[in-house]
Amino acid sequence: MKYLVKKLITLIITLLLVSCAAFIAFQVIPGDSVTLALGTDFTEEAAEQMREELGLNRSIPARFADWMAGAVRGDFGTSSQYKQPVSQLIADRLPVTIWLAVLSMLMITVISVPLGILAAKSSGGILDRMITLITQITMAIPPFFLGIILTLVCGILLSWFTPGKYVAPDKDFSAFLHYMIFPAMAVSIPKIAMVVKFLRGSVLRQLSLDYVRTARSKGNKESAVLVRHVLKNALIPVVTFLAMVTADVLAGSIIIEQVFNLPGLGRLLVVSISNRDFAVVQAIILYIAFVVVLINFLVDLLYRWLDPRVE
Amino acid sequence: MRKKVSILMSILVLVTVVLGGCSDGDNQTGKDTSNGSSQTQTQNAGGDETSTGDAVYGGSIVVGITQDLDSLDPHKAVAAGTKEVLYNIFEGLVKADKDGNLVPALAESYTISPDGSEYTFVLRDGVKFHNGDLVTAEDVIYSLKRCSGLLTPQEEGVVIESALSAISDIIKVDEKTVKVVMGEPSTELIGYFTCSIIPEDYKEQDTKPVGTGPFCFESYTPLTELVMTKNPDYYLEGKPYLDKVTFKISANTDAAFMELMAGTIDIFPYLTAEQASQLKDTYTIMEGSMNLVQALFLNNAEGPLADVRVRQALCYATDRQAVIDMVAGGRGHVIGSNMFPSFTQYYDAELETYYEYNTEKAKELLAEAGYADGFTFTITVPSNYQFHVETAQVLVEQYRQIGVEAKIQLIEWGSWLSDVYQGRNYEATVVGLDAELVPSDILKRYRSNASNNFLNYKNTEVDELFAKAFATVKDEEKETYYKEIQRLLTEDAASVYIQAPALLVAVNPNLGGYTFYPVYVQDMASVYYIGEAQVNE
Repeated sequence: MKYLVKKLITLIITLLLVSCAAFIAFQVIPGDSVTLALGTDFTEEAAEQMREELGLNRSIPARFADWMAGAVRGDFGTSSQYKQPVSQLIADRLPVTIWLAVLSMLMITVISVPLGILAAKSSGGILDRMITLITQITMAIPPFFLGIILTLVCGILLSWFTPGKYVAPDKDFSAFLHYMIFPAMAVSIPKIAMVVKFLRGSVLRQLSLDYVRTARSKGNKESAVLVRHVLKNALIPVVTFLAMVTADVLAGSIIIEQVFNLPGLGRLLVVSISNRDFAVVQAIILYIAFVVVLINFLVDLLYRWLDPRVE
Repeated sequence: MRKKVSILMSILVLVTVVLGGCSDGDNQTGKDTSNGSSQTQTQNAGGDETSTGDAVYGGSIVVGITQDLDSLDPHKAVAAGTKEVLYNIFEGLVKADKDGNLVPALAESYTISPDGSEYTFVLRDGVKFHNGDLVTAEDVIYSLKRCSGLLTPQEEGVVIESALSAISDIIKVDEKTVKVVMGEPSTELIGYFTCSIIPEDYKEQDTKPVGTGPFCFESYTPLTELVMTKNPDYYLEGKPYLDKVTFKISANTDAAFMELMAGTIDIFPYLTAEQASQLKDTYTIMEGSMNLVQALFLNNAEGPLADVRVRQALCYATDRQAVIDMVAGGRGHVIGSNMFPSFTQYYDAELETYYEYNTEKAKELLAEAGYADGFTFTITVPSNYQFHVETAQVLVEQYRQIGVEAKIQLIEWGSWLSDVYQGRNYEATVVGLDAELVPSDILKRYRSNASNNFLNYKNTEVDELFAKAFATVKDEEKETYYKEIQRLLTEDAASVYIQAPALLVAVNPNLGGYTFYPVYVQDMASVYYIGEAQVNE
């Protein structure tokens, strides 16, 4: 219980710091939403009028306090570009990003765990070397590049999907999933490589420990040793690693959403930054920070459950 | 080390296979080319219509755009990328035709009093808004007041067209006639009456826009698409042809290019020369003009560039045709002053050759100005405009020939607006400037005290000419004055004017009727399917 409270306080402080940092960053970078909206039609009078309408002519601390007060009540203000409530904008785009993350994480776990064990089992053999080579290569490819290659190969050469033909989940869910598989692949392939490499190392480390020799000497088959004894221990560090990967997947999806034209949070974030749509950016940053902190928190709990020795 | 090399090799092989494959794969793109017309059609600026064939009614198309809309309310939208889309939903009293002439739209006819103090519009009979209401004189008055700032209280977010603030009063003469009275008489303001007419006191313009254009708004999903459907009551007989047009918002040109290769987009207006050559087998590539003045704009008050001889030297050292060849595959129109060729009446073609490429002359001028050994300066370029960045790179090479070292500094668009455009804190920059189809709008920034004179250009002669041109009501006099201003800009080498860049548009070969305008719009009313209507949503 005490642990929970402590974590909760950390969470709040983190979010506060993040929103502070985002707020300040926005004051520091040149160009504001007014400048951008007016573009080359800029005149002092027009800018002054617009600032007044948007409430941008007040002092920075006053605006920050206002924003905080709204955020606590769940009101993130109105987007200066879309003239829609920010919470609505985010809620509409959230499913896309969540599905992308869920699909990617699913692919990562389902593919990398067996591969990692396989690589460790045949350590030094041809299979191991093959897996290592492939993971080395895929790890080096940036997701956006992989996205372009996937579009070209699977979309244009093989016609497995039509690039840009994104279908909203509430219109046709199976078509949506079909399209989402490819961006999820682009996000997960480099991460799969990392997890495989990590798991392989972890399993090999465990295999060299004394308890494995004991398990073997009791007459257990090699596969039983791996599954019943080694795997549970080897997975503990991997779980932590997966939590880090989740944060990475969220970051990666920001780029992948651009490549595959997905109307998700990441694209909203990029568009809002270049339009200096402050309310939207602030809310998304806060949201992402929240998710990352939350995942870490959940992993901590999971960790304790997997290994009761951890305090 | 060897491992790294082998990884690199594998990637290279992969890329080669993929890129090589896609050029063979064009016939698999799923685009129905039943018409068999895969010829490339290239047309000159000013643009005529595409190949004619049997125009059929019906069908739907997808048009690719790369910028999200900044507002659905035509009086609140500022981005050019938004206006070109909304053009299909809204109309003003007048609109530009493909030659740049203003023709009556919602107005049946108009008269301007000889002194420019009164503009009288007679409304067209029986025009309906998309909600079924008839367009009344009250709606027109409301709309004009709204975008000229005469409404009290002023509605939030409406961007006032500063040129229209010259309006002092708008009077309803009768049910069909509206008279606009100008506080400061001018005959040049007719170009601003393209301002959209909207229903009076309609509150949902932001989310469910209602206009009188050839297409009715259907739906808008931020970051995804805007869908519009045929306006069955459109007043022009026979238009539009298409039942439905979807403007699909792509994250960037690269993503849009992928979709073009897959055949999901029918019309895409912002191709690079390289993309155009890759698409020429599956799409009709049409060439128009962007109606921009692309130039190396110089800060006339900064360092060596404050000396007219130095600026002239840069003009002589610029091989403009070479720039066009390098960055645009030879497509583009060399210009010599701040005016684009499609604005025929005010364009002076003689100025194109005022500074012939001549490095010797450039060196002489530099020596005269005391920079015989050259000098260094920085070209600040907004990084989101690859076209301008590449232009700057070519210029750097050309200036090296006369011993001038130019450095390129890339900055983000937002920073460019605040530092360069407003702060005037720069030496030189490469951008393209657009303008309304009004000569004064194009040239007014060169007045010494203009708030948007980011070049810090000062010439009292230009100021006087501008005042005269603006005051006169005689068309020929106006023309002479504005041409004289352009000549002075060239003689003073206010900037190094480079080109009016070409606009390359990919059009589905089954479509006809795509038309270029000297203003930045995508007119879908004239587009039709040839032979057989298809559905693409």
